Amino acid sequence: MSAEPSAPGESAPRVDGPPDETWHELDRRSPAVAAVVAAGLTLGSAVPVFAGVRDEGRPLWQVLAVIAVAFVVVVGSAALIERVRWRHTRYRITDERVELRFSWVMHRLRSVPRDRVRTVDLTANPLLRLFGVVRVQIGTGQQGGRDNQLVLNPLDRRQAEHLRAELLTRTRPAPTDVAPDGPAAPASAPAIAELRWSWIRYAPVSVTTPILGAAAFGAVLQVADWFGLQETVLGEAGELLRDLPVLALLGLVLAVGIVLGVVGSLGLFVELWWGYRLTGEHGMFRVRRGLLTRRSLSLDERRLRGVEVVEPLGARTLRAAKVDVVATGLRAAGDKERSDPKTLLPAAPIAVAHRVAARILGEQRCPTESVRLRRHPVAARRRRLLRALASTLLPAGVLALLGLSPFAVIVLVVGVPVALGLALDAYRNLGHGITGGYVVTRYGAGSRRTVALQRAGVIGWTVTSSPFQRRAGLITLAATTAAQKGAYPIRDVGADDGLRFAEEAVPGLLTPFLEPVPRSTSPES
Amino acid sequence: MSGQLETVRLRPPANRVERRAIWWWMTQDLFEALGPALVLGVLAIVIEPARFWLVFALVAVLVVGIPYALIVPFWRFQVHRWEVTADAVYAKAGWLWQEWRVAPMSRIQTVDTERGPLERSFRLSSLTVTTASAAGPIKIVGLDHELAADLVQRLTETTQATQGDAT
Repeated sequence: MSAEPSAPGESAPRVDGPPDETWHELDRRSPAVAAVVAAGLTLGSAVPVFAGVRDEGRPLWQVLAVIAVAFVVVVGSAALIERVRWRHTRYRITDERVELRFSWVMHRLRSVPRDRVRTVDLTANPLLRLFGVVRVQIGTGQQGGRDNQLVLNPLDRRQAEHLRAELLTRTRPAPTDVAPDGPAAPASAPAIAELRWSWIRYAPVSVTTPILGAAAFGAVLQVADWFGLQETVLGEAGELLRDLPVLALLGLVLAVGIVLGVVGSLGLFVELWWGYRLTGEHGMFRVRRGLLTRRSLSLDERRLRGVEVVEPLGARTLRAAKVDVVATGLRAAGDKERSDPKTLLPAAPIAVAHRVAARILGEQRCPTESVRLRRHPVAARRRRLLRALASTLLPAGVLALLGLSPFAVIVLVVGVPVALGLALDAYRNLGHGITGGYVVTRYGAGSRRTVALQRAGVIGWTVTSSPFQRRAGLITLAATTAAQKGAYPIRDVGADDGLRFAEEAVPGLLTPFLEPVPRSTSPES
Repeated sequence: MSGQLETVRLRPPANRVERRAIWWWMTQDLFEALGPALVLGVLAIVIEPARFWLVFALVAVLVVGIPYALIVPFWRFQVHRWEVTADAVYAKAGWLWQEWRVAPMSRIQTVDTERGPLERSFRLSSLTVTTASAAGPIKIVGLDHELAADLVQRLTETTQATQGDAT
């Protein structure tokens, strides 16, 4: 594999001209990237191995020799494998399709129709940035994940930008306001929102703070464990803190955890949102952000089905909210990404959030702000309070039965008020309404979510009722949609009110399946 | 809304599922109860030290599973209903927790039937109607298999006539 590829030496595709039928190579730096990654991994894992083997008392040169050999083998084979992949991988952009093929021993061709392309996301972690390359992910906006996306990894950064602009502008049947020189100069589009550093004040009050705080302690123990030092670290800490009273100790641990969590969440905010800029041009929204790992996420406005204004408890007390997009074909949350691609605006003052949401939807006022939400029946509050009591009294009872009365008391004293508070909050947050072309539903305990969904984006209704709901005359009504979660619920709404609401929101769909009942009878069915 | 003289509710979909679906459900539920019971029984014979707990689990499985298999299928038969109009598919399912689902014809993406070995022996099929929503398809179980095949044909013809990608 050491010979130069027989393909033409100049591999850069002609991105400026019309798309041609020739197959292009990925960026030739990719074996080098793979080698550096492998080198990092081997060195990283060599450290604990080194520490472990040293304990067994082997001579230093032996250990070093083994590590060196392993290093050469791993790095060499990683580079070789990547070289083979690079050598036999080609992509092309034709008038109709984007195609990626791998043909060596096994042949694989992935082909995506160009008019289905809805996202072209560029990501570059620090290493890729060092090499000046990016990972390009081309998605079709169809449900069903993998098969509907195509990854070009890596491409030259400038080349990738051109590719992005070309694919996304050309997918639009009639570009209304494309300048004659085409999609050049993407940075010139006016920003819908840009980062204000004052928003960082909402980072420490998010859930990441306790999570990162706890994780910090875990990480210390984990690293110590690699070196077989866990006992020592715990012992040392015990020695140091032996003289402290228990309460002071708890306070100290808590304080350290909080400080670490706050530092961590501030750092995470900087990493994720550095250089954040939301722009809209030619019917595309684009988010660019990231300090170390740069991300560029594009969203075709035809995929837009609504917005979700999310007010996590901490941010809500500071009157702040973040804006998520409700759109088809976004990956479900939680896979690898530390922050979902669906977040268009980090926690920002609520007025900013509403303004950005309105701009995204192309409305004068954001429907989540202008809507008059109807409240839900009192029975919904009773349900939540009962559930809160059940979820705290049952564990407390079990603990008491097991003879752990102190813990049962703690659960009762701390848990019951918190659960009841959350229950009341959850009831207060319930609401639904229609405004203009949107249905709006609000729900959530602690973290409050207000979803505005385009009425035209509602592709069906699901009504569920539990035995308890039937007794209380309530239903949970869910508007199904092609956007990411699949359905947005209106929880515990009165049966009559909910059905009339569904009928008004999407006229005709539910009408043939409704029947009137005289008011005197119960609304059960 | 309290001023109105009448309230609205969802009417039940027009068609029941096949009556023999009761026996299909029951067979299925019995298998699901007796299978683990059998395993627990064998284990109870083989592993002597744990015999008490294994028999305890065995009894628990039977006490829950057998009445479930004898009662719930009839209950389901009262609840499960379906209807296909010119504009929409409408189905109701469940027993204690009940669910009504409506999908307009224009948003239907795929229509499939499915027949497991047990369903086949009862000449039954289930019909799965998917939309672009990730919240799950509409599933109508306990249909006569010929009726299900006809429905697939009808739904496919109707949905093919609609344009766009139904999102």
